[in-house]
Amino acid sequence: MDFFIQQIASGLTSGAIYACVALGLVMIYVSTDHINFAQGEMAMFATYLAWAMINAGVPYWIAFGLTIAVAFFGGLFIQRVILKPLEHAPVLALVVCFIALLSIFNAIAGMIWSYTIKQFPSPFPSHDLFGNGLVSVQQLGVVGVTLVMLGLLTVFFRFTTLGLAMRAAAQNPASARLMGVRVAWMLALGWGLAASIGAIAGMLVAPIVFLDPNMMNGILVYGFASALVGGIGNPMGAVAGGFIVGVLENLVGSYVIGNELKLSFALVVVVGVLLLKPAGLFGRVIVRRV
Amino acid sequence: MVALLEAKALSAWHGPIRGLYELDLTVEQGGVTALLGANGAGKTTTLRALCNMVRRAGTTTFQGVDISRRSTEDIVRMGVAHVPEGRGTFVALTVEENLRLALHTRRDKAAAMRDRDLVFGYFPILQERLHQQAGTLSGGEQQMLAIGRALMLAPKLMLLDEPSFGLAPLIVREIFRILRQINEHEHVSMLIVEQNAALALDLADTVYLLETGKVVTSGPSALIQNDEALRKSYLGY
Ligand SMILES: Nc1ncnc2c1ncn2[C@@H]1O[C@H](COP(=O)(O)OP(=O)(O)OP(=O)(O)O)[C@@H](O)[C@H]1O
Ligand SMILES: [Mg+2]
Repeated sequence: MDFFIQQIASGLTSGAIYACVALGLVMIYVSTDHINFAQGEMAMFATYLAWAMINAGVPYWIAFGLTIAVAFFGGLFIQRVILKPLEHAPVLALVVCFIALLSIFNAIAGMIWSYTIKQFPSPFPSHDLFGNGLVSVQQLGVVGVTLVMLGLLTVFFRFTTLGLAMRAAAQNPASARLMGVRVAWMLALGWGLAASIGAIAGMLVAPIVFLDPNMMNGILVYGFASALVGGIGNPMGAVAGGFIVGVLENLVGSYVIGNELKLSFALVVVVGVLLLKPAGLFGRVIVRRV
Repeated sequence: MVALLEAKALSAWHGPIRGLYELDLTVEQGGVTALLGANGAGKTTTLRALCNMVRRAGTTTFQGVDISRRSTEDIVRMGVAHVPEGRGTFVALTVEENLRLALHTRRDKAAAMRDRDLVFGYFPILQERLHQQAGTLSGGEQQMLAIGRALMLAPKLMLLDEPSFGLAPLIVREIFRILRQINEHEHVSMLIVEQNAALALDLADTVYLLETGKVVTSGPSALIQNDEALRKSYLGY
């Protein structure tokens, strides 16, 4: 039983990280209809920035906040400078562009910081929550940060007019323009937010998997899986999908198929869900009368 | 009378295809101007060209300011509310969110809340449907929502693209009655595109007749209403 609870706890922890990655993907998908393959590498790069700041003596939480801010402007910059000129380019050109971004970030990180593995500090102590070896403070912290972030995003999109304008611009750009919404900037804002969320994911996962330029490779696949399972157009769904994938992956890995096949399992889950519910488990089908 | 909106030699293209040929058009301050013509005459194209939603040439001025090169968003923010063909409903947002969206561009939040009450005054049904997904509204309700959204922008000029499209005669009459009230009480000038010529002529004081991207004739609506030859050949009644 203890082992089972430990597996659930660690499943929720990795699930929280998948949820962050998935949230970043969803953010860009809903605002621009694109799947950003560079999401993982952007997160990795931001994490290196945090690492450099912490190494230079900046206190953890200040480095955390600064990294989120820098990532935000980085995302904004990528959209305005690289993607905006490709506005009318075919989808394949964009896919190539995302893959190029992915390898550029990877190469630059390797060039600056080398490919050797680095330790990344965690703001949370690693000791047990109740002293019974089941759940650690670190695990609770990771899940907590993710839930807080989801809460903030929900409030932003539900209750602020800027969040509303972003949703409107994503749904019906032409009509949003006629309401005075600067649609091009809303897309850039979506990229900025996605980059910030990615940075959080990177900083949460780095203490667990250690920091290296390839650290997000596997995690990005799980992030995709989570986003698709939850419904790629829906932030809440992405988070729920993250937790579901994280827990299932851990349980199936420990009890059924072993750790080597865990990644394939994630893909099986995706295919299964999409076959049964193409919009994802929590994807909302929008009613439209004509 | 003073010109609120003035277009000179307005031309527009859809890709390589030309849709408008050097059109001159004026909307008077406080007035209602109707743009009539058969399907494909270029009415929608004219409204889009005025808001810079298509490639266009020629000069447009609004309140004396040259808006020929302004972005659509800026033109809207200057006080031109465009109720588009097909109503432009944000189907996945609620009615309340469709209306609240206007607050994104408005600084005067208190006045915006008063405008919301104004919208509910004209269209009580929207208040009843407030938290319903806008995509589930009936066609007539969506048209009311589209006009409501435009009103929320506190516009000086409304561009209306076939507000009667696909609606039952009773609802159409109701909407036109409200449009007249909005024009009179809120001092919103209007440029209205219609297939329903009789109704539009009734509401408008000035009329432009459009054929294949050119103005055939224009003038006070009373004159056109009484010109039987013109009515028969262009308006079909
Ligand atoms: N997106 C487009 N691409 C190519 N041609 C277009 C496009 N939109 C309009 N056109 C053409 O431009 C001309 C004018 O179209 P427009 O939509 O302005 O007509 P309209 O007067 O509004 O007609 P309706 O009463 O049917 O709405 C038509 O010949 C139409 O085929
Ligand atoms: Mg039309």
